Amino acid sequence: MLYIVIAYLWASICLYLLLGGADFGAGIVEFVSRGSDRQRVRRIMYRAIGPVWEANHMWLIIAIVILFAGFPLIYSTISTYMHIPLVLMLLGIIARGTAFSFRNYDAVQDDLQSVYSHIFTLASLITPFFLGIIAAATISGSIDHHTGDFLSSYVFSWLNPFGIATGLFTVAICGYLASVYIIGILSDPYDIRLMTANIKRFICIAIILGALVFFIAYLQRISLLVRVFGSITGQAAIALATLSLIAQVILFKGKHYLRMRFIAAFQIVMILLAVIFQHYPIFLSFQDGSALSLAEDENNRAAIYFLGLALLSGSVLILPALFYLMYSFDKKRITSSSPSK
Amino acid sequence: MLCNLSMDDFLAARAQMAMSLGFHIIFACVGMVMPFFMASAHFLYLRTKKPLYKGLTRAWSRGVALLFATGAVTGTMLSFELGLLWPVFMQHAGGIFGMPFSLEGTAFFIEAIAIGFFLYGWDRFNPWFHWATGLIVGLSGVASGIFVVSANAWMNSPAGFDYVDGQYLNIDPVKAMFNDAWFPQALHMTLAAFTATGFAVAGLHACMMLRNKNIDFHRHAFRIAAFCACVAALLQPLSGDISAKSVAKRQPAKLAAMEAHFKTEAYAPLIIGGIPDESTAQVRYGIKIPGLLSFLAHGNPAKPVTGLLDIPPDQRPPIAVTHYAFQLMIGLGILLCLLSATYLFALTVKKHWLTRHWLLKLFVGAAPLGYIALEAGWVVTEVGRQPWIIYGIMRTADAVTPMPGIRYSFYFFTLVFISLSVIVVYLMYRQISMTGRLYDPDDPDYNPVK
Repeated sequence: MLYIVIAYLWASICLYLLLGGADFGAGIVEFVSRGSDRQRVRRIMYRAIGPVWEANHMWLIIAIVILFAGFPLIYSTISTYMHIPLVLMLLGIIARGTAFSFRNYDAVQDDLQSVYSHIFTLASLITPFFLGIIAAATISGSIDHHTGDFLSSYVFSWLNPFGIATGLFTVAICGYLASVYIIGILSDPYDIRLMTANIKRFICIAIILGALVFFIAYLQRISLLVRVFGSITGQAAIALATLSLIAQVILFKGKHYLRMRFIAAFQIVMILLAVIFQHYPIFLSFQDGSALSLAEDENNRAAIYFLGLALLSGSVLILPALFYLMYSFDKKRITSSSPSK
Repeated sequence: MLCNLSMDDFLAARAQMAMSLGFHIIFACVGMVMPFFMASAHFLYLRTKKPLYKGLTRAWSRGVALLFATGAVTGTMLSFELGLLWPVFMQHAGGIFGMPFSLEGTAFFIEAIAIGFFLYGWDRFNPWFHWATGLIVGLSGVASGIFVVSANAWMNSPAGFDYVDGQYLNIDPVKAMFNDAWFPQALHMTLAAFTATGFAVAGLHACMMLRNKNIDFHRHAFRIAAFCACVAALLQPLSGDISAKSVAKRQPAKLAAMEAHFKTEAYAPLIIGGIPDESTAQVRYGIKIPGLLSFLAHGNPAKPVTGLLDIPPDQRPPIAVTHYAFQLMIGLGILLCLLSATYLFALTVKKHWLTRHWLLKLFVGAAPLGYIALEAGWVVTEVGRQPWIIYGIMRTADAVTPMPGIRYSFYFFTLVFISLSVIVVYLMYRQISMTGRLYDPDDPDYNPVK
């Protein structure tokens, strides 16, 4: 049962990065668009993510619930040392969700709309940024859990060049995911050109930032990344993720926009796999080399067992409904919402 | 000095948790109840094909969308806040009371999927499928609420483990979930959600009727909400009685604080009102009804009720706050019951009362009362549990995060919550003032945009 629970944990983290990430990306794409394009992007986004965004964010809840019921020590340790970035991430989640709903459901469409839009786009940037920072801190062994000194335990545990680079990389990935996701539902040529430009832009940024992440990891001597490149699996996963870019270009030339989604998802999963595979079963590593692992804790066996049961039975209800939701609202291609110029 | 600072942080952590829960509870309850109103109106529309009901369904679903989104993000925040503020508690309790949370995650997920179907599904699906998704929003909302309350009940009535030398052994998550307090608390909370939301919605529509705007529209809305509120309000005393007896058995200190009951005695009196004075162990100016407390707590006026003086001082909850909050809850509950009885009497016997302004005015006045009573009840159960976070096992002060500076986090979230409240209230006001144009097909200005 432990392995089922761990599989669910990683699956929900992956799905949150993919679906929630595409969702944040929608705001990021809006952020980088200018002028009248911004209006277009906003209308497309509303139709694309409106029905599914609440459900996309449930993966975060599932991941958190698994951590807190199944691995309470890891949950409480992360929430102690990552307090500040978690609070900032939460602020992003609160601001983003409410601004999106308020924008769409305000009875009067006036100047407030642009206020909501500003909040929505900014929050779409900061949430994945801090998610990236938190992820970087958990795997890179930068957490200082000994001194108890405010700055070194609660600030520099996460605020370091590697964390910042990973945060920015996460933002770029989200923008990429969103552009690929959205191009699949477009039919208007102008919209497609617009989104193509975004895909290119985010791929370039992601490659540069990805390289930066590795460069900083090398400078800071983060052991994990050394290990990732030291193993066949790690090398293969990173190589596959990079080579898939070629597949992406071929699919794009052939206008197979829907299939591009799978390649993008595959790339992200490969990147995660490269890191997770080398890290497993460790979830959280500290500065002094000690670590917290997902391996079995005798005392928590019963909790894991019932958690696994709850997850399995929940899946029976959730997954079909979720697929039907995504399928239903994806079926109808979005025709351009306004005449092209 | 150091001690002082950490004390401040501890209070800040409690204040932040109380504020987050107090804020979230409103949205969570609206999210539990409004979908049922929405589904009732939708049902009537599908049955009668009256466009008015469709407008009403849409109007209410806008409200649900706004408040559900707020409830969802504040709920997400709470699932993190438990660890951010009380990591020591979560480290030990997570595995024991995690079960209701994992089920709640499932229910919440289903709710989010169903709300996607419902809000964006007009004219896309079979009408009855679409209706059912709206109903599922409500059902999974109620299920989530019950699961979360069951987790809270565990903190009041810890079960499903053995506590040996500071170790939590033989963990049984199912026993933990079905602890002694879960049923009374879940029942009381669910009825409270229906009462509070029902009166709030009914009061709003009554107010619009008094303003002579879209009267027919608001009358239909009022009828659905008021009926539901009144039935729930009249059932609430029964569940209150179950709760009181359960608290008397499990948490004598909480019951004693609720009643400001100092001396253990048989034929213990029920004290109405009054100012508890801890230094003299007296309640000044209260009205005492002899024997009633014994009767309510144990079903027998001769049975003694444990007083605060028999509880060690370091295990007593704050008496004044618990007592006042409890009195407020009971007082408002009685008022709402009287109003409910009047309304149901009007509905069945004195039909001409229904259009009278005095009745509508009473409902306008009652609009906030349900929520005030609900918050007061929440204060009773949370403050009354202090100084424990896990009753009798772990003290709240021992559970707080070691990170300094929680005060700033508290200030920050206070600001966030105040701004959110202001915006939500403003948006609801705008929705309501646009009723005629957006939702009421009989209005001359009717012109829905989207």
